[in-house]
Amino acid sequence: MTLLIRGASLVGGSTADILVADGIIREVGTVTSKADRVVDASGLVALPGLVDLHTHLREPGGESAETILSGSRAAAAGGFTTVHAMANTSPVADTAELVEMVVARGRAAGYVDVRPVGAVTRGLGGDQLADIGAMARSSARVTVFSDDGHCVGDALVMRRALEYVSTFGGVIAQHAQDPSLTVDAVMNEGAVSSELGLRGWPRVAEEAIIARDVLLAEYVGARLHVCHVSTAGSVDVVRWAKKRGIAVTAEVTPHHLLLTDESARNYDPIFKVNPPLRTSEDVEALRSAVADGTIDIIATDHAPHTAASKDSSWNDAPFGMVGLESALSIVQLSLVETGHLSWEGVARVMSVAPADIGRVAGYDSPLAVGSPANISLIDPSHSATWSRESLRGRSTNSPFVGRELPGRVIATIFNGTETVIDGMLVEPETVRNA
Amino acid sequence: MRHLISTRDLSHSEAVGLLDTTIDMVDVRSRDIKKLPTLRGKTVANVFFEDSTRTRLSFEAAALGLGADVMTFTSQGSSVSKGESLKDTLQTLEAMGAEFIVLRHSNSGVASTVTNSGWVDSHIINAGDGTHEHPTQALLDAFTMRSRLLGEDARGRDLDGFSVVIVGDILHSRVTRSNVWLLRTLGAAVTLAAPKTLLPRDIDDWGVSLVSTLDDAIDQKPDVVMTLRVQKERMSSGFFPSESEFSSVWGMNVSRLRRLAPTAIVMHPGPMNRGLEISGEVADSPQSTVTEQVANGVAARMALLYTLRGESR
Repeated sequence: MTLLIRGASLVGGSTADILVADGIIREVGTVTSKADRVVDASGLVALPGLVDLHTHLREPGGESAETILSGSRAAAAGGFTTVHAMANTSPVADTAELVEMVVARGRAAGYVDVRPVGAVTRGLGGDQLADIGAMARSSARVTVFSDDGHCVGDALVMRRALEYVSTFGGVIAQHAQDPSLTVDAVMNEGAVSSELGLRGWPRVAEEAIIARDVLLAEYVGARLHVCHVSTAGSVDVVRWAKKRGIAVTAEVTPHHLLLTDESARNYDPIFKVNPPLRTSEDVEALRSAVADGTIDIIATDHAPHTAASKDSSWNDAPFGMVGLESALSIVQLSLVETGHLSWEGVARVMSVAPADIGRVAGYDSPLAVGSPANISLIDPSHSATWSRESLRGRSTNSPFVGRELPGRVIATIFNGTETVIDGMLVEPETVRNA
Repeated sequence: MRHLISTRDLSHSEAVGLLDTTIDMVDVRSRDIKKLPTLRGKTVANVFFEDSTRTRLSFEAAALGLGADVMTFTSQGSSVSKGESLKDTLQTLEAMGAEFIVLRHSNSGVASTVTNSGWVDSHIINAGDGTHEHPTQALLDAFTMRSRLLGEDARGRDLDGFSVVIVGDILHSRVTRSNVWLLRTLGAAVTLAAPKTLLPRDIDDWGVSLVSTLDDAIDQKPDVVMTLRVQKERMSSGFFPSESEFSSVWGMNVSRLRRLAPTAIVMHPGPMNRGLEISGEVADSPQSTVTEQVANGVAARMALLYTLRGESR
């Protein structure tokens, strides 16, 4: 099976044809050879397949909100070819058996490469290390470990975890939230929380943990990845750490690049997320930090929740919003159209760099001949009002429904297989049999 | 005005209008037959997800005073923990005929969530939501201030030129938030006195003055000192070290009362911790308005129901 993408705009600015055969990019440039299938990509930007380092697929245990299959479809619809499935499932992904099961179900779904994230501590309990070595050496080859949803709060446990994980070449992705400073906290602490009478989540609870962790990482000589950085102060700490030569990487979510705590004013729990939406000053600092490389990657923190669970008061509703389908549009809106990032930069922060942090092979030189054919074709000139139908997972808890967003994923190609054609998801049987 | 969620939503004329209607309701309640037929055939549902017998009885008396039928739903704790959602509870009550829903909940913002959701068509009255607002308390407080400070001349007037001190646990106080917005609309100057631990952050745009101690506030010769109930569990959570320290710095006692003008009043939304935020002698003094506030509460809630009933659903 050969596939010819004709006339795509490359991120560098030139136009080229891309020939794919047997899941590998064979030619880039002016292609004269014939192909079984031809895709007209004139006017479309060819990005490398996107890699999400932070995805909640909810399976096992939370299948009413999302499954590995439904989340994989949402990912493909958003232009992704690899996702990292967070460990906070039920049961928790803290054993080799569980992470191998996640890989198997991801392969069976066939839309993206599903890479399990292993828990740092058993049951996300924060005290005993999970089966880190077993997960790293299993067939799932886990490289990223995270208690996401919970912070590894105890300094000694974090020190041991950093040391132990580095033994296997992995990285800890820390959800930076000092537990004692954020008891019952439900939104950013500041002018808006004071007025709304909602319990505040102070920025210092994130910044203090990041400061502690970069120093621990330096001390023990380990890699550290900071999940969903949300404040200007956190950016300053990460910038300082990088300048000092500490092996730290950081991510920001699309929603933290666009929305602020003003969204909480009508108490609509669709905007309730952890870490909370901050202020416009924080949004500006986060955008600049992506532009100057302090923040390495965009990660979605795709967090599906059923409609019923979000149909409640702000306090009772769970934290989280879906983000796989809208990620690229929000990045275009908040970073590309504001001049913070080129499309080349988008390829870096949404594909090359996250793959590097997760040690995912095949993404280091985007769209290079000989690489696996993971490609996303997007139409940046498209603009549409988002509806629930724009969301392809099982849950629709997106804050962007009803909002006009730029950009559209026209095609996604995963290891040479088309998972999205003409903006439509390919049916599961077709993907499976490809 | 279809709902009352926050005193922020009240214009100056709506606020003064509600206070004036409250005068009429006080009149009604002083008559031999203490009822109006305004809401005859209508149903008011008191929906209390958080226990508050006083507020519930006050709303019940107000609804009965206007001839309405009253349904009461009470459930401790959050609705979700009971297995039935807020949405289902409210839709059930409306299906049983409720046209006014008086909603009390321990979570901030529940009344807003309900009016924004479109779950029900009823008039919604926020009877206290978490640490957010308690707008009818602010209405009865403003009415009490206006009656005491302006007497017979109160009708049609606001509180321009008067100064109000609110002291104590500002952070967790829905009474404070509702009072601040309403008092500012009515032209009063507001000062908050509290330890930093019990003061919300970043409140520059509240338009109030801040002082540290009650003595600092009393030096300004306020017309009103509003004390707030202190939840005793705040002490164990480290907001202040001891009851005696709290009452020595922020408690209203006789020596502080003597430093106020003889016309000044001391208020408390109840229930009081005598000896903590307010001493027994102050609570029982002629300058205290504690029981008056309770009586005015029924009239103020009648005035609100009376005003809302004119608005189509």
